[in-house]
Amino acid sequence: MSNTVFAPWDDPSEQPLIKFENVTKRFGSFIAIDDLTVEIYEREFFALLGPSGCGKTTLMRMLAGFETPSQGVIDLAGQNIATVPPNLRSVNMMFQSYALFPHLSIWDNIAFGLRRERMPKDQIDERVSEMLRLTRLAKFARRKPHQISGGQRQRVALARSLAKAPKLLLLDEPLGALDKKLRQETQFELMDIQEKTGTTFVIVTHDQEEAMTVASRVAVMDHGKIIQIATPDKIYEEPNSVYVADFIGDVNIITGTATPSGDDTYAIQWSEDTAPLTAKSAIPFSTGDNCHVAIRPEKVAISADKPSEATNAVQGKILDIAYLGNSSTYHVELPNGAVIKAQTANTRRISRRAFTWEDTVWLSWTATAGVLLAN
Amino acid sequence: MRRFILIFVPYVWLIALFLIPFAMVLKIALSDIAISIPPYVPQFDWAEGIRAFLAQLDLENFTWLTQDDLYWKAYLSSLRIAVIATTFTLLIGYPIAYAMARAPTEWRPTLMMLIILPFWTSFLIRVYAWMGILSNEGILNQFLMWTGLISDPLVILNTNTAVYIGIVYTYLPFMILPIYSALERLDASLIEAAEDLGCSRFSAFWLVTIPLSKTGIIAGSFLVFIPTLGEFVIPSLLGGSDTLMIGKVLWEEFFSNRDWPVASAVAVILLLLLVVPIVLFQRNQQKQQEAEQ
Repeated sequence: MSNTVFAPWDDPSEQPLIKFENVTKRFGSFIAIDDLTVEIYEREFFALLGPSGCGKTTLMRMLAGFETPSQGVIDLAGQNIATVPPNLRSVNMMFQSYALFPHLSIWDNIAFGLRRERMPKDQIDERVSEMLRLTRLAKFARRKPHQISGGQRQRVALARSLAKAPKLLLLDEPLGALDKKLRQETQFELMDIQEKTGTTFVIVTHDQEEAMTVASRVAVMDHGKIIQIATPDKIYEEPNSVYVADFIGDVNIITGTATPSGDDTYAIQWSEDTAPLTAKSAIPFSTGDNCHVAIRPEKVAISADKPSEATNAVQGKILDIAYLGNSSTYHVELPNGAVIKAQTANTRRISRRAFTWEDTVWLSWTATAGVLLAN
Repeated sequence: MRRFILIFVPYVWLIALFLIPFAMVLKIALSDIAISIPPYVPQFDWAEGIRAFLAQLDLENFTWLTQDDLYWKAYLSSLRIAVIATTFTLLIGYPIAYAMARAPTEWRPTLMMLIILPFWTSFLIRVYAWMGILSNEGILNQFLMWTGLISDPLVILNTNTAVYIGIVYTYLPFMILPIYSALERLDASLIEAAEDLGCSRFSAFWLVTIPLSKTGIIAGSFLVFIPTLGEFVIPSLLGGSDTLMIGKVLWEEFFSNRDWPVASAVAVILLLLLVVPIVLFQRNQQKQQEAEQ
C-alpha cells in the first residue's frame, strides 16, 4: 500500500484552489494587506497565524467577500472573485462570535443557507439531519441558541457553515471562546470533520498551538505580509526568521557574528569572554556576518557536570524554574548576563528533582540543534 | 420588612392615583345628571346609609352610549386614526432609528439628543406652531406658492391630514427610541452571516434585522397607539369639524354639555378599550426582558 503524504504544494502539476496575486488592502492610509501572494490547495487545512492587527482577519474577510482588495486578484477555482458579493460565492464562514440567529432554532439556523438556495424541502431535511449527525447535535435541533452550551453553539456554527457544502470554509478564531480542555477536543473534531467532508479549510488564529495541531500548512503573518508558509514541523524546526522562531513556541535567540569553519558549519562569536558556538546551517554566511542562533529550550540539555562530548557547552546558574507539570523550564544565567532556557521532561517526581535555584549547571546542545538565521 | 416597603410604595401610588380616581369616575358614570353642584346625583349621605345610595346607581348612561351612534362611531374613528397614525409613525420612525443605529458611535449621542430636543418646548406650543405652518396663509402654502408648484393654497389645517401630521410628529420619538435600542444591540456579524449564507442585502434585512427588532417595533407601536387612541389636543386644534375622535367627544360632553355622568361613562369605556393593548404591551416587554436574561 502506497502511503502518500498530502502535499499538493510540492506538486507542480496541482492547481491551487485559491490564488492571491499581489493583493493589497488599504483602509485610508493604513495598509492592512501589503502586496500579498499566496496559494492554497484543495482539501488543505490552511492556518493564518499572527498577532492581532497583522492582517489575517482582513485576508479572511476578503475571501468571504466582506472586503474588496484595493489592488490585486483573488482567484477561487480559476475565477476572479475579488468583487463578487458574499452571497454569490461558494465560500462560507464560521464567525468568531458564531453569529447564530437568536430567533431561529438550531435546525432553522442550519437550514438557513439551504433555504436561500431554494433547495426542495425533503433535500433540506436530509442535509440538515446529516449536519446534525456530523456534529452530534441531533438532540438539540429544536432548541434556540441561548438554550445550549458554548461548545454546542460552536458546533452549530460549524454545521451551519458546512451545510451548503462550500468549496472553501473560513474559520475565524473558531475555538477562541472555548475553555482549554474543550478546545483541544474540538481541534481533533475539526480535523476529523475536515477529513470526512473533504472541504478546504482556512482558519484564522492567534493561538500557535491550535494552528500547529490542526493545519496542514501554516502561514505566519506580520504587518500585512506573510513571513513564512510551511508545514507545522518546518515552521517549528526551520523558521526562516527570528520573528517566526520567536512567535512559534519558546526559543533562545543568541546573536553573534559567523565565521565559516567547515562544511556548512560556522563558529559563532557571541560574547567576548566565552568560546564561540558551533552551528550547522544550509544558508551560507560569510565571515563577519551578523547572525542569530535560534535554539528551542527542549533541545538544550541540562547537567551537573560538564558533558564530555557536547559540541556546545556553557556553564551558568539557575535563576528561575517554571514548573509546568509534565516538564520544567530552567532559566539559566550565564556569567556574561545572558539567560538561556532549557526544558526537561519531568520523568521523576518533583521531590526528587536534580536541580534547584542557585545551582551551577552545564547547558549543552549539538551543532544541529539550533537554526542559524540572518534576520 | 424592607422588601415589603419597597413593594408597598408602587401599590400605594397605584391605589391613590389610579384606583381611587377610577372608582370616583365609575361612580359618576353610574349616577344621573342633575342641575346642582356637583352636577350629578346621588351624593353619598351618611344618614341614608350605603344601601340606599347604591340602589340609586344604574347603567343608564352606558345604555345611552349604545343608543346614540355618535359614540361608537367616535370610538371606531379614533381606532382607525390611531391605527393609521401608528403605521405612518412606524414607516417614518424605523428608517430614522435604523440610520441612527448604523451611524458612527461618536454621532449617536448627538442624534439621540436631536430626537429628544423637541420635548424641551411645550407640547401645546409645538401644536400651535403646526397651525402656523399648515394654515391657508401658513408657511407651507406660502412656500409652495412662491415656488409656483400650486396657485391656490392647499387646505390642510382642520382636516384629518393635519391630525395625522400632528400625531406622527408628536409621537415619532416614542417610536424611534425603542426601535433604536433594539437595533443598536443587534450584532453586525449576524447580518454578515446572513449574507454569507446567501442572502442579498434586502433579504438579510427582512430575515434577520426585522425579526430581531420585533420587540422594539411592538413596543414603539403601542407607545404611539395607546395615547393616540384617547388623544384630544391634536384633533381639537388641528382637526376639523368632521374629525371624530373619542377624546374630543369626551371633552364636549364634559365641558359643553356639562353631562358629567355620560362623559364619565365614555371615559370608562375608553379605559376598558385601552386595557387590551396595554396588557399586550406589558407582555411584549416581559418577553423581551426574559430573552435578555
